[in-house]
Amino acid sequence: MTTLLILLPLAAALLIWVLPLNDVSAGALALLAALAEVGLWIQLLVRYDFAKGGLQFAQERNWFSDLHVSYHVGVYGFSVWLVGLTVIAMAAAIAYGFWVGRDRVRAYMGLMLFLTGAIIGVFTAQDLLLFYAFFEAMMIPLYILVGVWGGPGRLGATLKFLLYTMAGSLLMLASIIVYGLSQNTFDLTQIGQSSSDWIFLGFVAAFAIKAPLFPLHGWLPDAYRESSPEVAAILSGVVSKAAAYGFLRIAIAKFPEPVQHYRAPILALAAIGLIYGSLLAFRAPDIRGVIAYSSLAQMGLITMGLFAVNDLGFDGAVLQMVNHGLVSAALFLLAGMVERRTLTGELTRLGGMARGRPALATVLITTGVIALAVPLSSAFAGEFLILAGVFRQGWGWSVVGAVAIVLAAAYVLRLISAVLHRDVGPAVSDSALDLRPAELGVVVPLVACLLALSAWPAAITEHSFRNDRGQTDVSQGFK
Amino acid sequence: MIHGPHIDWFALAGVNSLLAASALALLSAVLVPGPLRRPVAASLCALGYATAIGFTIALYVKSPHGHGVVVDAFRRDRLAQFAGIILAGSGLLATAISYRERMREHHGEYYALLAAAGGGMLFFVGANNLMTLFLGLEWFSISLYILCAIDRDRLGGLEAALKYLVIGGFGSAVLLFGSALVYGATGQLNFDAISAAGQAHDSLLVFGLAMIIAGLAFKASAAPFHMWTPDVYEGAPTPVTAFMAAATKAAALVVMLRVLVTAFPSQAHLWTVALAAIAVCSLVIGNLAALVQKGVKRMLAYSSISQAGFMLIAVSTDSNLGARALLYYLIPYAAMSLGSFAVVAARERELGVPVTFENMAGFGWERPLLGVSMWAFMLGFAGFPLTGGFVGKFYIFAAAYDRGWTWLVIVGVAATAVSLYYYLGVIRAMYFRPAEELQLAPVAGGSPPRELLLQTAVTAALVVTVGSFFAVQPLIDAARHATEFLFL
Repeated sequence: MTTLLILLPLAAALLIWVLPLNDVSAGALALLAALAEVGLWIQLLVRYDFAKGGLQFAQERNWFSDLHVSYHVGVYGFSVWLVGLTVIAMAAAIAYGFWVGRDRVRAYMGLMLFLTGAIIGVFTAQDLLLFYAFFEAMMIPLYILVGVWGGPGRLGATLKFLLYTMAGSLLMLASIIVYGLSQNTFDLTQIGQSSSDWIFLGFVAAFAIKAPLFPLHGWLPDAYRESSPEVAAILSGVVSKAAAYGFLRIAIAKFPEPVQHYRAPILALAAIGLIYGSLLAFRAPDIRGVIAYSSLAQMGLITMGLFAVNDLGFDGAVLQMVNHGLVSAALFLLAGMVERRTLTGELTRLGGMARGRPALATVLITTGVIALAVPLSSAFAGEFLILAGVFRQGWGWSVVGAVAIVLAAAYVLRLISAVLHRDVGPAVSDSALDLRPAELGVVVPLVACLLALSAWPAAITEHSFRNDRGQTDVSQGFK
Repeated sequence: MIHGPHIDWFALAGVNSLLAASALALLSAVLVPGPLRRPVAASLCALGYATAIGFTIALYVKSPHGHGVVVDAFRRDRLAQFAGIILAGSGLLATAISYRERMREHHGEYYALLAAAGGGMLFFVGANNLMTLFLGLEWFSISLYILCAIDRDRLGGLEAALKYLVIGGFGSAVLLFGSALVYGATGQLNFDAISAAGQAHDSLLVFGLAMIIAGLAFKASAAPFHMWTPDVYEGAPTPVTAFMAAATKAAALVVMLRVLVTAFPSQAHLWTVALAAIAVCSLVIGNLAALVQKGVKRMLAYSSISQAGFMLIAVSTDSNLGARALLYYLIPYAAMSLGSFAVVAARERELGVPVTFENMAGFGWERPLLGVSMWAFMLGFAGFPLTGGFVGKFYIFAAAYDRGWTWLVIVGVAATAVSLYYYLGVIRAMYFRPAEELQLAPVAGGSPPRELLLQTAVTAALVVTVGSFFAVQPLIDAARHATEFLFL
């Protein structure tokens, strides 16, 4: 089942690359594969035994035995949700790319499907080397997707993105080699906990760059601005969660002592990123800038929840990962739709789009309201849990988080009013129509998921860890 | 009446089939009429290589316990056969890549020399004493010197050949002098006899060892013995470059492993450090110089220097794991080298000018198969997953760590990070910039030549590059069987 989830998109990608399909059928095939993934995931969700928890749907095969490396995949409760986020966001992104009609459809769709498989691999790999392989494999399609289909500044953006992330991943590779060989296994379910600060920092470097965590976010604004909207949606919505997942599954679970040593500095960086990202989002001149920097802030918040290292923090972090993934995917897609109509994302040239465009206004405001964590929204539940969790590490952290929530309200409202309200901007003409049914079909499912989670956040918070005790799971290293 | 020694002809079958192919190809240059000469000579060469592959595989299967043959001058063991399969496979692919090379004359001689070079290498990796070692080295080197110069119309071809001849000759002389010193110190030529007779602190022996390492490092183009590499790789006909990058390096590294481990075990504390130093040198020089290259062939030349550095790390660990890592890595390495130079050759034939990053623009979209393959080869060199390069690098780093050289792991990882810039530069050039940005009319005019053989060779290289990522266990098992006798 898990293997099928990984292989189906890869196989579909190969098919699309090899078969001489025309543009429409290539896109349709890709969309079909993406929807089949969603179907598979629903199967997984239904059949996963949350009462039992732990690693399920595990599959293991020897890869090379003399270094004890194997192909070992499986899912935990929280990875079920992250896989779900991946398949839903990817399906929306592929559908949007199909509808917009990207150049060289076959290459594009193949890469998107390849990316899907790689990300699911990251969330399900139970072997360190396999995890690394998927983590790196994720980079290959992203590099091309941004570099070929990106905006005018794409060459610089890809280079920066690549150099940053690869610097991190290679440090992680060194850590993996030292850690795995010293423990004599690379299997994550068997490998023991380690007290080595250096190995821990190697992992943290990789995840902190990928998330990104302040001050390692240099690649973020360019990459998010220059890529096409659906790729930006995946980058900020899903790929950044791979880093948060890595923190949880490896850095925190396997290195309890170094986590104690470095908790304060990491929490401080996360808090700085949270405030700094929120301020930048408030000052950003364009839609993508607002979403990009809010993504930096949100990743800081999620990191705070994780490094609180207690039940509340973990629950909140996992919920917020899914929330933020859906929110930022929806917002980037909406940004793309607005930009398509106005040919600009600059807030000063936009405005007044609500008039005569009720669907756009409704969807954007709903997403925005969830993003700013209004009470009763799923983001509110997630942020509340994170703040409650991190409170136990010191009340100061919660104050910072609470301030950031106020700032979030400010920047989201600024975004909404700059796009929808005020006077009609110079870039907005009457020929800019309301959202088309196809566009609604892409965004509405994401918003619907968010609304469902708002109604029942416990779906995730009570179904992520064994007996709903994240701390116990983590302290045992997910064995 | 002189009684010759008993000769195990089967052990020499691979070498001999290539020699026979070489002789027949040479004859075809005289006997076969002009238009048929190229297909006949090329098929003879390919047939020779195919037979050699068959024989080396059979020998690998049938020689679980290595032993010396021909008065112990030559080893029939799995190490030689494992290397032989890689070498003969490289030769076969190089033959396919060569076929459409724009060359007006000397087709018969070209393929004769290509087969002869392969035969020499097959002999070289089986050498069991210093005489046969030198003989094998000169045998394939001389063939390669001529191959570099054979296309007289090629700009820089003669210069490259001369440079290769002079510096290669110097390298051979150093190796020979080192062998003489070792013989002087021990009175022995056979590797195991040297090991038995040598004293750990004999300065004559150590000096000879240093010169042997230097001589072999010339052939492996490891820094600081690499000066010839960029010019020769650039000036030689591209298929020859492909063959040199894949096969010469593989042969030199395997022989280095064999000589050092079997003949100089008591000096291991010296040569392991020396090799680690050479490896670091190669990584630094190869990577930094590759960063600033404009020509793709020169970039690949410098990259091959840094790849030699990686593989020397494996040899320098003086361990089972390191030996296995080397043999494993040689498989994807040879495929990636051949494949990437083959893609360069295809572009070169299309444009009729040396290939630079500039004029690679848009190539990936025009020729999807070659573009995707080049993509895989570059990612493989950079150690990305889904290619054998990833597993190979992992094994090499694991071996270095296992020896306690964590610093060497760090150097290797840093070198990999630097290398990404230029490897991905190729992808950037091929895909990210549209061809319309530059006005380059293909020199031949019309559509690009259909090169079925070259495309088949590239596809084969692609299959090996990607396949070795998945089939790690069988390949590693084979490598283990080939090397376990080294460290008993």
